[in-house]
Amino acid sequence: MIAEIGHFALLLALALALLQSVAPIWGARRGDAALMGLARPLAGGQFLFIAAAFAMLIALYVRSDYSVANVWQNSHADKPLLYKISGTWGNHEGSMLLWVMILAFFGSLVALFGSNLPVRLRAIVLAVQAWVASAFLVFILATSNPFLRLDPAPGEGQGLNPILQDFALAIHPPLLYAGYVGFSVAFAFAIAALIEGRVDAAWARWVRPWTLLAWAFLTAGIAMGSWWAYYELGWGGWWFWDPVENASFMPWIAGTALLHSAIVMEKREALKIWTILLAILTFSLSLLGTFLVRSGVLTSVHAFATDPARGVFILVLLMLFVGGALSLFAWRAPLLRQGGLFAPVSREGALVINNLFLTTAALTVFVGTLYPLALEALTGQKISVGAPFFNMTFGPLMIPLLALVPFGPMLAWKRGDFLGVAQRLFAVAFAALAVAALFAWLRWGGPVLAPFGIGLAAWVMLGALFELAWRVGAGRAPLGQVVRRLGGLPRSAYGTMLAHFGLGVVVLGIVSVSAWRTEVITVMKPGDSVAVAGRTVTFEGVVPEQGPNYTQTAGVFTAREGDRTVAVLKSAKRVYTVRKQPTTEAGIRSFLSGDLYVVLGDDAEGGAYTVRIYDNPFVTMIWWGAVIMMIGAIFSLSDRRLRVGAPRRAAPAAARVQPAE
Amino acid sequence: MTRKQKRLAVIGAALAVLALAAGLVLTALRDTIVFFYSPSEIAEKAIAPGARIRVGGLVEEGSVSRGDGAEVHFTVTDTAKTIKVVYAGVLPDLFREGQGVVVEGVLDAGGHFVADSVLAKHDENYMPREVADALKKQGVWQEKSGQK
Repeated sequence: MIAEIGHFALLLALALALLQSVAPIWGARRGDAALMGLARPLAGGQFLFIAAAFAMLIALYVRSDYSVANVWQNSHADKPLLYKISGTWGNHEGSMLLWVMILAFFGSLVALFGSNLPVRLRAIVLAVQAWVASAFLVFILATSNPFLRLDPAPGEGQGLNPILQDFALAIHPPLLYAGYVGFSVAFAFAIAALIEGRVDAAWARWVRPWTLLAWAFLTAGIAMGSWWAYYELGWGGWWFWDPVENASFMPWIAGTALLHSAIVMEKREALKIWTILLAILTFSLSLLGTFLVRSGVLTSVHAFATDPARGVFILVLLMLFVGGALSLFAWRAPLLRQGGLFAPVSREGALVINNLFLTTAALTVFVGTLYPLALEALTGQKISVGAPFFNMTFGPLMIPLLALVPFGPMLAWKRGDFLGVAQRLFAVAFAALAVAALFAWLRWGGPVLAPFGIGLAAWVMLGALFELAWRVGAGRAPLGQVVRRLGGLPRSAYGTMLAHFGLGVVVLGIVSVSAWRTEVITVMKPGDSVAVAGRTVTFEGVVPEQGPNYTQTAGVFTAREGDRTVAVLKSAKRVYTVRKQPTTEAGIRSFLSGDLYVVLGDDAEGGAYTVRIYDNPFVTMIWWGAVIMMIGAIFSLSDRRLRVGAPRRAAPAAARVQPAE
Repeated sequence: MTRKQKRLAVIGAALAVLALAAGLVLTALRDTIVFFYSPSEIAEKAIAPGARIRVGGLVEEGSVSRGDGAEVHFTVTDTAKTIKVVYAGVLPDLFREGQGVVVEGVLDAGGHFVADSVLAKHDENYMPREVADALKKQGVWQEKSGQK
């Protein structure tokens, strides 16, 4: 019964979504308030039915109901409960259902918090959301129905791919999708603005929190995926420029650009047309990412859907939405009036430069990701484009951008004083050079560019801190006043500072692990020792162990600094009993200076094992930096002016607080 | 500055960055891409030793042996031709005889392939797509009839 209820709920959701696609926009054209008013309850109902379907699928997984094909293929009764639940979205059908549920969730949030939106705008935005939802609901029902029954029901399931049985990976897809799909709101607003032929600063104020929210989720999702790849895949790397990673990275870069251009639009009413275009492009890249991952066109570690019917279906959806949106843009954008003049050297100018570099960088990633596919389709020649390509293209584009980050927030709107800002930043530049020199001295003999990269990271981090200090007049005004000003700053100022500081932290991690990582591959017998980056690692031997749904051979290693034991690490070769699939668990110990990372390899002869040991200096900074960036986004989001959906209501609330003084 | 001059400045900057990016992309595409071949194609084409390539096929049954230290020798086959591979490092979990594999590295003067990375996939049912295509050409690959 449960599967049938889920299936039926999905059909009902599709019916509501189709109605929501048409009725409100028809109402907006005819000025019919009743029809426009349908949008909000429909959006809520659509979400409830999809959520019900999703809950049914989770229930099927928890009960291990193998009469449902999807459950049988991806679950097993012996799995821990958490992975039974996460198994729901660990496969193509379930993850598409999660995708469309999050889409409907964002739609219902707009409906819920959008009471201060103009009625027509809200009606059209929700209708556009429903177009996307309807298309993907049809896709699920037609090609990827998770509720299909098996007759007769098999006795035991096939189990979830063991490398997916992991906590970080259990929450990685929901975070990533919340980011991807969250950009649909900005997209819907952009389409609505084009249909209305009108856009203003208020529009940007409504769009920006949604973009920020999506961006925060996507940042968390990407960082989580990278962290998972680092500790689970056993290669010691944190980013592989794999097409699937690029698929999530492209919307992130475009979304970052969108965040910045929306600021200009909100504050200065400039860059309207560009912001609209970016909103369309960002969500288009999200759709492209969905296509790349879900259609199986990629040769990639992640692509597990290989049904061509699905691929063609998503490709058609992709072309329909991207092509349709861009055509609408070409047709309607000239109607939008430009406003807000500014000098090239100004805050606006700096944000334009930011957008220029970010979109160009996204373009290089796009070329590197799609070129092999295009070449193979056209000539049949198979190539792979890997890290060297991206290091040569994406890398150089980031350097000027990073160098300019501290300038942006310090330039005045409209007309800035570049030399004045440069003068103020002199102390920061000096400190960054000192940091670079310190690293060059500590790590003498590494790549020449590495201390330069560290200096750049320090420049971005210190620049972010300096900007905040300068704003509140630290060093110029009395301390009490500085503290009071700190309290009075809008939260979005802290958001900017944290996001930029976090970026610097990420760069620090990336530069040090790329430049100074040590890798040792050797064959070790129990009792053998090897020196790795100032520590001695001893192989103590292997022990057999039994887990809940696997057996493993665990290699025990001790790390010493001098005579002192600093860590005992365990790396295991694990075999999951159901799928008979081997996996490797790396032994990782984080020190202040970086990670020691040990992998037990193949069984050589005579009790010896191949062993791979890495020293990854400051690698955890990459993920901590991402966390700081995300906290920055949350700070910005909690800013009174931008609180989701409440830009106007907040004003009287603030006024009410003041008389209490 | 007039409005027109400002617009020209923005367009000029945009073109400059795009030109820089285009230059980088073209150079990188010339220098960094890696071509994929099957063992048969390597036998047919004269591939210069030292050029970075990928080779895909099946690990021949009984061909895996250990050399000095962490060195491993094995043979990759597409059932028509074979190529001997030397790799120093830790093999991926799903590396097994008879399974699909993609190796990346260079040919040495003796016609051996010196690999610095070995990719086997994360799913025991999975066959790297290039390998499946290469095998299809040899007529040994059959589509699975799906999970029924």
